[in-house]
Amino acid sequence: MHKWNRKHLLSIEELSREEILTVLQTAESFKDISLRPIKKSPVLRGKTIVLLFYEPSTRTSNSFSLAAKRLSADVVNISVNASSVQKGESLIDTAKNIEALKIHTIIIRHSRAGAPMILARHIDASVINAGDGYHEHPTQALLDMFTIKQRKGFFEGLKVTIVGDILHSRVARSNIWGLSKLGAEVTVCGPPTMIPVDIEAMGAKVSYNLKEAVADADVVNLLRVQFERESGVLFPSVREYAAMFSMDDEMEKYLKEDALIMHPGPINRGVEISSRMADGKRSVILEQVTNGLAVRMAVLYLISGEKEKTRKSSL
Amino acid sequence: MKTLIKNGKVIDTESCSIREADILVEEARIASIRKNIKEEGCEVFDAKGLIVCPGFIDLHVHLREPGFEAQETIETGTKAALKGGFTTVVCMPNTNPPVDNEGIVSLIKLRAEKDGYVEVLPTACITKGRLGEELAEISKLVAAGACAISDDGSTVMNSLVMRRALEYIKMFNIPLIDHCEDHHLSDSGLVNEGYCSTSLGLKGIPSASEEIIVLRDILLCEYVNSRVHIAHVSTKGSVSLIREAKKRGVRVTAETAPHYFSLTDKSLVGYDTNFKVNPPLRSSEDMIAIQEGLRDGTLDAIATDHAPHTSDDKDKEFQDAPFGMIGLETSFAVGITELYRKDVLSLPELVQKYTVGPACVLGLDKGILKEGHEANITIVDTEKSFMVREDFFAGKSRNSPYLGRTLQGTVEAVFVNGNLRYNKGSFRK
Repeated sequence: MHKWNRKHLLSIEELSREEILTVLQTAESFKDISLRPIKKSPVLRGKTIVLLFYEPSTRTSNSFSLAAKRLSADVVNISVNASSVQKGESLIDTAKNIEALKIHTIIIRHSRAGAPMILARHIDASVINAGDGYHEHPTQALLDMFTIKQRKGFFEGLKVTIVGDILHSRVARSNIWGLSKLGAEVTVCGPPTMIPVDIEAMGAKVSYNLKEAVADADVVNLLRVQFERESGVLFPSVREYAAMFSMDDEMEKYLKEDALIMHPGPINRGVEISSRMADGKRSVILEQVTNGLAVRMAVLYLISGEKEKTRKSSL
Repeated sequence: MKTLIKNGKVIDTESCSIREADILVEEARIASIRKNIKEEGCEVFDAKGLIVCPGFIDLHVHLREPGFEAQETIETGTKAALKGGFTTVVCMPNTNPPVDNEGIVSLIKLRAEKDGYVEVLPTACITKGRLGEELAEISKLVAAGACAISDDGSTVMNSLVMRRALEYIKMFNIPLIDHCEDHHLSDSGLVNEGYCSTSLGLKGIPSASEEIIVLRDILLCEYVNSRVHIAHVSTKGSVSLIREAKKRGVRVTAETAPHYFSLTDKSLVGYDTNFKVNPPLRSSEDMIAIQEGLRDGTLDAIATDHAPHTSDDKDKEFQDAPFGMIGLETSFAVGITELYRKDVLSLPELVQKYTVGPACVLGLDKGILKEGHEANITIVDTEKSFMVREDFFAGKSRNSPYLGRTLQGTVEAVFVNGNLRYNKGSFRK
C-alpha cells in the first residue's frame, strides 16, 4: 500500500498517480463494509465532519454524509444559500466560525472555483473539495475511476470519451487529470461552444462528432446538459443538442460490445441519454453511486490521518 | 533657496542619454545643469552613485476619492506616488460620483492642493455617468482642469458615441484615454482565456475582447482624424495593431502597465486575488510582445493602473473579489528588474517611459531636466535590492502582486517643484 500524506483533498490535478491508486485501493477495502449486515466501522469515532454546501446537492452530500456515518464520525450539515452569504458573512468568516467548534474536516461544495483552496489557506481543519465551480470535483472523478477499475481492471491505453458541456464541467476536468495520470486516453466531445480553449494541453483529445468519438471508446461518460446555462448562446436548443450529442438508441450500434456507459447524475432522460441506454446492459450509472460511498469513505479515512497512526502503532 | 544635487548621473530624456552633471535648483525651477557647480550658498544633496531622473509621470492611477476612501484617498494615493518617484499622477474618473461635471474636477484639484504630496491631473468622463450614452460637457470639464477624458473601467460600446467623442475633442488639446474591452465578449470573464482559465475553471476573457476595441477606435480615430490613447495594453495583438496604425500615421499613443511586462496568467494557480486585474494577466507570448512594444516605441509609456482595494474586498472567492492591483510604489523597481536588468531597455529608454513618454501623450512640456524647467526630480539607486513586504507601501491598500518578491531599484529621493519631499523613507508635504 502506498503512503498518503495529504491533509486536504482539493483537486485531482495535484495528486500523483500513486496517490490516486492509493485511494482506489483503500476504497476496495471499504466497499465490503457496505455489504455487511452491520454497515459500520469505528475508524473515525470521535471525529466531527462538517458538510458545508453553498450549492444545492443531494447525491454528493448524502454520499459524503453516509460515508462519514459508516465510519462512525459525527456529521453536521450546513447548507448555505449563496445569496444570503453575499449579503453578509464571508466564506473565510463562516469557515473560521465552524472551525471554532473544534471540528476535524470540512467538506465544501461551492459555486466559485478555488473556494476550497482559499479555505484551506485560512483554517487548520482538513478540507475536502466536493465540487468548486467549473474547476474540479475530485471525489466524482475518483469514484468514476474506481468504477472503471472494477469493471475493466486496467487504465493503460483505455479509451474514455466524455460527452457534453465540457466548458462548465468540473467532473470533466477532474476526470481528464485523473485518467491521464493513470494512462488512459481521454477524448472530450461536444459542440465547439462547449469545449474550453486549450483543453488539449490538459491531456484530452477533442471531437465534435459523437459517432466518431464513441466508436472505439471503452468508456463513455455522459455529462448532464445544464439547461439553465446560457442556452441560446452555447447551443440553439435542447432539441438540436439532443439530435447531435444524445446517447440514444440509434447511437448504440456504434458502441463497442463491452463499452461502459457512465453518468455523474442526475440524468436528463431523453436529452443526453435515452432511457434504454441509461438502464441497459452497458450502464454502470447506479454502480457509480454505490462506489461513491466506498471512495468517499476511503478519502475521509486517508485525510483523517488514521491510516498513518494505525501503521505506526502496528510497528 | 538654492539646492544643489551633486555627483549624480543625470538622465537626459530628450537625447536618451546619461551624463555626469550637477543640478542647481532655484525656487521651483532648474537653474543650471552642468559639471562642477559651486556649492556656496546651497543646500547640497549628494547623489553620488545615484541616477538623477525627471520626476516620473503616471498616466493611469485610481485615487478613489471621492467615494471609495476606504481604499485610497488623494492624500494616501499621492503619498504612494511620491514613494514610487512620481511627481505627477493622472487620476481616473471612476469615482463616486464619477468625474462628469466641473464640480468634481474642482473638488479633486482642491483636495490635491490641500492634501496631496504630488501634482494631480484629473481625467474627466467621456460620457455622462460613464454610461457610454451621452457625451459629458467636455469643454466645461477641460476648463475646470481635466487633462484628458476617459470612461476607464468601461468601454464606450456604442461606436457612434465613440466617433462623436473623438471628433469633439479635436477642439481641445487633450487625449481620450481609451479602456478597450468589448464587454459582450468579456461576458463577466475573470482571467485571460487560455490554458489557465480552462484548468482553473475560471471564466475567460479572450484577447480579442481588447483587440476588437483597439482596432475599432484606431479606425474611428483615423477616420475623423483625431487622437486616441490606448490604456493598459495587455495583448500581443493590440501591440501589433497599434504598431501598424502608428506606421501609417494615425495619431495613436499607448501605455502598458508593469504587470503586463512582468507577470503572466500562470501566477493565478492558487487563486490569489492579488493577481486579479482587468485587463487580465495574459500569456508569456503576450508578455514578450509587450516588452517588444516598449522596446520599439509602439508603447509610449508605462502607467501603473494603480487600483487599491481593501483586504476585506480582496479576501474573497476569486470570482467575487474586485479587479485591480496597486502599483505606484513598485512600478519603477519592476521596470528596472524586468526591463533594464534583462536588457529589454537601456536605462535612459526606461526612464523615458516614465517621463517624456507620458508627457507627450498629454501634450505637456514635462518629463525633461533642463534649465528653466520645473524642478521635479526623482533620484534612484538602480543597484539596490529590496524585498516587497506589506510595510513597504505608503498608500492605504496592500493588494500588490509583488508581495514577497525581491525587486531591484529603489527611489531614494524626490523633489517636487524644487522641494525635497521624499528622502530615504521620510515624507514631507
